[in-house]
Amino acid sequence: MSPTALQTEAAARAPAWRGRLLPFVLFGLLAVAPPLAGQGGGYVLTLLEQVMIFAIAALGLDLIVGFGGLVSFGHAAFIGLGAYAAGILAFHGLGDTALALPAAILLSASFAAATGLICLRTRGVYFIMITLAFGQMAFFTASSLAPYGGDDGLTLRMRSPVFGFDLFGNERIFYYATFVAALGIYLFCRAAIASRFGRVLRGAKENPTRMTALGYEVFRYQLAAYVISGAIGGVAGFFIANATNFVSPAYMSWQRSGELIVMLVLGGIGTLDGAVLGAAAYILLSEYLSQLTEHWAMIFGPLLVAVVMFARGGLIGAFRRIGWRA
Amino acid sequence: MSLLLLIVQTLNGLQFGVLLFLIAAGLTLVFGVMDFINLAHGVQYMLGAYFAVMFYALTGSFVLALLLALGASLVFGLALEFTIFRKLYERDHLEQVIATFGIILFLNEGVKVAFGASPLSLPVPEALSGSVVLMPGLLYPVWRIVIIAAGLAVAAILYVLVGWTRVGMLVRAGASNARMVSALGVDIRRLFMLVFGFGTMLAGFAGIMIAPLLSVQPGMGDTVLILAFVVIVIGGIGSIRGAFIAALLIGLVDTLGRSFAVDILRLVMAPSPARTVGPAIASMLIYLLMALVLYVRPAGLFPAKGRG
Repeated sequence: MSPTALQTEAAARAPAWRGRLLPFVLFGLLAVAPPLAGQGGGYVLTLLEQVMIFAIAALGLDLIVGFGGLVSFGHAAFIGLGAYAAGILAFHGLGDTALALPAAILLSASFAAATGLICLRTRGVYFIMITLAFGQMAFFTASSLAPYGGDDGLTLRMRSPVFGFDLFGNERIFYYATFVAALGIYLFCRAAIASRFGRVLRGAKENPTRMTALGYEVFRYQLAAYVISGAIGGVAGFFIANATNFVSPAYMSWQRSGELIVMLVLGGIGTLDGAVLGAAAYILLSEYLSQLTEHWAMIFGPLLVAVVMFARGGLIGAFRRIGWRA
Repeated sequence: MSLLLLIVQTLNGLQFGVLLFLIAAGLTLVFGVMDFINLAHGVQYMLGAYFAVMFYALTGSFVLALLLALGASLVFGLALEFTIFRKLYERDHLEQVIATFGIILFLNEGVKVAFGASPLSLPVPEALSGSVVLMPGLLYPVWRIVIIAAGLAVAAILYVLVGWTRVGMLVRAGASNARMVSALGVDIRRLFMLVFGFGTMLAGFAGIMIAPLLSVQPGMGDTVLILAFVVIVIGGIGSIRGAFIAALLIGLVDTLGRSFAVDILRLVMAPSPARTVGPAIASMLIYLLMALVLYVRPAGLFPAKGRG
């Protein structure tokens, strides 16, 4: 028997979870990081919190980009809105998680609903640009909020209490709260993709005309996906405001939106695993390179070009090619 | 809000619009003909300015610096096309975005290494450094007028090139349906390279012309790039005419908005909130305009025939 036949047969007999090794590895590593980092591992935890927060946002983005074919270039606005919801409530002494997290989700979701109604009239590049336009509007609105710091942003006195208890003040508890949120949203996205809703969404990406002919109102499904994606961005915003104790318009800049897309493409679009992997690779790699040299961008830039030229389908694609069943 | 200020700001808006046109013209052609999203187009503008500063330091003559910088921009653009971009035309838009984003990162940092992080400046050529009296009490810098004139001249040349020559016909045909043009026996690669080189040279030209007015620094292309994308989307991708009209529109709206938003808002609200809200609204205006245009006409004002 040839080796490939052996492999195929082994794969066929392997239990279903074997085909999805990567998420177990990724989330497993994130779960055991705090004990491994030890007592003085605050720096590592902060870095990994960033990874998980951006993974949350990238998962939301993957939902519409990878499965809906809708490339949003204003996605940072949802993160920023979520962060501002948490920040402004905290500023007025109403920062409890029980209030701030739903508020962050609601604000981002409503913004997504309102702008989605308009954006989804356009297609392709025009969709990219109109989402950018709304992202920029959110950015400039935030910078004009003089009572809340305007351009300079708003510093939070403490992390959001949980029903009055300052649980998130403990770095590990906050770390695991972020972890649970990231894992929960990963599983939610998996379920959404596998559901009937997800199938319609994917169908609309492949061929909107045919889906319409089959009797589905494509627009509604896309709008729903856009709103869900925005809401997930709001969750990321709540966590980033708490992780940094700081909220600023910079969270909504178009560069941030661009970074999210880069993370997604780097990891591999339309796989969900790629969103997590890409966020981790982007943040850890840029952190590592920036410690090596001040001019890290001169290494990172060509690396991105190389990924596109030689590793089609991002890191996930590269893994698949060397025989991983990622 | 005086009439004089209005005239000055209108001229400034025109100058800004013309500058945007120089950048957007190349972008819309590259995008329209090759269906290639080139984020690195803004870096070409930055490089044009840096080349001009460098060659001015070497030669001491603005004219020589201009010509050498134009040549260098062209060569650099063609080199990028030949080594990297050529392999990206067939890829999807997202892969083009990330690859050209990587090039931005590299070149922004590269000029920092080569020229230092601090802003550089280029003097206005001696003969054109003064101001002229346009009307009683209205002095306007000659160099800005030169920019406006140069931009309009380029627009006229492009109009003739694209509208009335054989190459222009192929470019227009390419923007409508590149495959068909290729099938009819045109060497589309050579056409691509020509369009690309010309586009980067125009972006470089914009950088050279604006260098005496702005500080030349790393990252100066990034904001301009986004504005250029706004311009080509409002104008309709692949349309030079659309890019021209949209560029002037954006230049005027942005400049006038920034100078008069506070005054206008004061008419309807108290001075103190007007001062905080005004600048935000002014920065938002062009994006509002873009959203509005796309809402009414989802493929821009003048979409190339056969597209969108």
